[in-house]
Amino acid sequence: MLDGPVLEVSKLCVDYVLDRADVRAVDNVSFTLDRGEFLGIVGESGCGKSTLLFAIAQLLAPPARIAAGSVTFQGTNLVGLTDGQLSAVRWRDMSVVMQSAMNALNPVKSVGAQFRDVLRAHGRPSRDEIATRSAEVLRMVGIDPVHLRSFPHQLSGGMRQRAMIAMALLFTPDLVIMDEPTSALDVVAQRSLMVQIKELQRAYGFAIVFVTHDMSLISHFSDRLLVMYAGQVAELGTTRRVFDAPLHPYTRGLLEAFPSIRGPRVPLKGIPGSPPDLSVIPNGCRFHVRCPIADETCAEVKPELVDQEGTLVRCLRYTGDRSMVR
Amino acid sequence: MTAPLLRAEHLTRHFKIGGALSGRTLHAVDDVSFSIGEREIVALAGESGSGKSTIARLLARVYQPTSGQVYFSQGAQDPGTPLSAMRSRRARLRYSGEVPMVFQDPFASINPVFRVSHGLLRSLKLHRRELSARERQAEAARLFEVVGLGAGLLERYPHELSGGQRQRVGFAQALAGRAKLILADEPVSMLDVSIRIGLLNLMATLRDTMGVSILYITHDIASARYVADRLIVMYAGQIAESGPIEEVLADPRHPYTQLLVSAVPDPRAPLAVGAETDRGEPPKVIDPGPGCRFRFRCPIAIDVCGTTTPQLARTGAHGAGEHGAGEPGASEHRASEHRASEHRASEHGAGDPGAGREVACHVAQSGAEVKAFS
Repeated sequence: MLDGPVLEVSKLCVDYVLDRADVRAVDNVSFTLDRGEFLGIVGESGCGKSTLLFAIAQLLAPPARIAAGSVTFQGTNLVGLTDGQLSAVRWRDMSVVMQSAMNALNPVKSVGAQFRDVLRAHGRPSRDEIATRSAEVLRMVGIDPVHLRSFPHQLSGGMRQRAMIAMALLFTPDLVIMDEPTSALDVVAQRSLMVQIKELQRAYGFAIVFVTHDMSLISHFSDRLLVMYAGQVAELGTTRRVFDAPLHPYTRGLLEAFPSIRGPRVPLKGIPGSPPDLSVIPNGCRFHVRCPIADETCAEVKPELVDQEGTLVRCLRYTGDRSMVR
Repeated sequence: MTAPLLRAEHLTRHFKIGGALSGRTLHAVDDVSFSIGEREIVALAGESGSGKSTIARLLARVYQPTSGQVYFSQGAQDPGTPLSAMRSRRARLRYSGEVPMVFQDPFASINPVFRVSHGLLRSLKLHRRELSARERQAEAARLFEVVGLGAGLLERYPHELSGGQRQRVGFAQALAGRAKLILADEPVSMLDVSIRIGLLNLMATLRDTMGVSILYITHDIASARYVADRLIVMYAGQIAESGPIEEVLADPRHPYTQLLVSAVPDPRAPLAVGAETDRGEPPKVIDPGPGCRFRFRCPIAIDVCGTTTPQLARTGAHGAGEHGAGEPGASEHRASEHRASEHRASEHGAGDPGAGREVACHVAQSGAEVKAFS
């Protein structure tokens, strides 16, 4: 096994090539992911978080394309590899759990048959090996192995989502990429799935990149949090710190958008306006039109990511020539 | 005694499934009674498949109830007309204008080929016959202002609006028929977290300034707490617990409510992984036998839970025993008083802790303290 980070994303840019002009959905995103680390990526719809995730998994289809940057997984740059080269890695070292298990599982094949396909993609396992391993992973996610013979429609939404996770763990990969795997579930199922993902991660030591729009969901599970706004990293830091002392006004806005179930009932404002259209990106700071503390400079100067005691933040308040107004 | 705006009594809706001869029946809603007062936001919470949306459709007359009745009142003195008695086109139209629906998916619920004013103007033409074309335009513009859109957006197409704006269009359409009760089925669950609050604030404004009642169907308890006055928790087609929302959430008495509350992620709370969690699967609602439907997931179930279906009944603060269950009319009366009682806590709530709280759980009704999930 190699040392060093399991995943290194460097200056990654993704464009959607459209007739009018190219739209940059992911703009210069860099981060590293250590072994066994849980990184949460949060942002509103259209902020580029799913595009980023697809770019990491090399699953982008035209009109999207990686315009620049690299995705280094276990020391190999995945950008530019052929499908044949990628298939050696997929499922075995890196797997993806999609948002909607209803659509991600094949409706006309039993769960067991789909597991078999995956296992046969890497090597020539015997029937016994297939049966043993399939039953094993289903048990890991808390599903009775009799469901190997079930078809997706015979499972509940939560079970389908768990079956997807089981499938992703067939080879015990080093990295599991998850795109809002819990968004179709109700709170109770959501909570129990998150706890289960965390337990599996602790037991098997894989790293997770978890994309969601619901910050509160991962607050207790992720190690670090990457807040995306309009295709860029707005803030990147340890989860606890981002929650306890958010630096970017957008992060603060996101946190204040959650009504709490405990504590006093206070009026909340949410974030005014709507996420920007990436084809008409505002000048200066991309958030300034919705920002409660923006001034004239924010409309002109593009902020860079700066290190603020270990947390990276993209806001002019922290670039040195400005006072730190909270 | 003032009548509530809407009152459902023993509402039941079954669906036959698996072909005519299979004889299997899905009990989507089973013997549910509740009421909604004027100027009241009632949150109807529960997991998917618990019958929340079926209730909305029963109230909207999309489905006919298998049994039971819904009464809609035209004022404090009106005891209410049963929906089944509204047979004329005029009566039905009036009801559908006064009790409109707002749907979950703002991308699918507005016709993409027309301007957003289209549905609103049609609704005005249908429900407000007295208005001229010019007055309809003015009213449409006024309604857009009410929901915070600005009249300038009337001539836009749906694709030009964001999800939050589209959902506001949905509320404007709902208001067009002089709405008294809006049935909002998961109105914010498809929206980004950052813009949900705006819609929730709009719902509160509609209640406070226009006196509209809202049935807010959701599985998001935190957002329910933010806007609602009262909470009804559904489980497997039945009401598990109901009462003033602050009291229910501060001291949930049904094990399922406790599970629901404990599952809500709270970023402000300290890390609590490893807390007791539940891996239960959705309950059986196809041909359920007698007994509590939550018992398979319930850590504190006792023998009687397997034999007798618990009835929704009042419990006092920590088991003052059950009473009020057998008095028809008592619960409706209390319900319409909830909102008022919140503001008049000194004279109402304080002297009678647990007023208006009902729970369908044998253990809670026996007076024991329920601690199933925390």
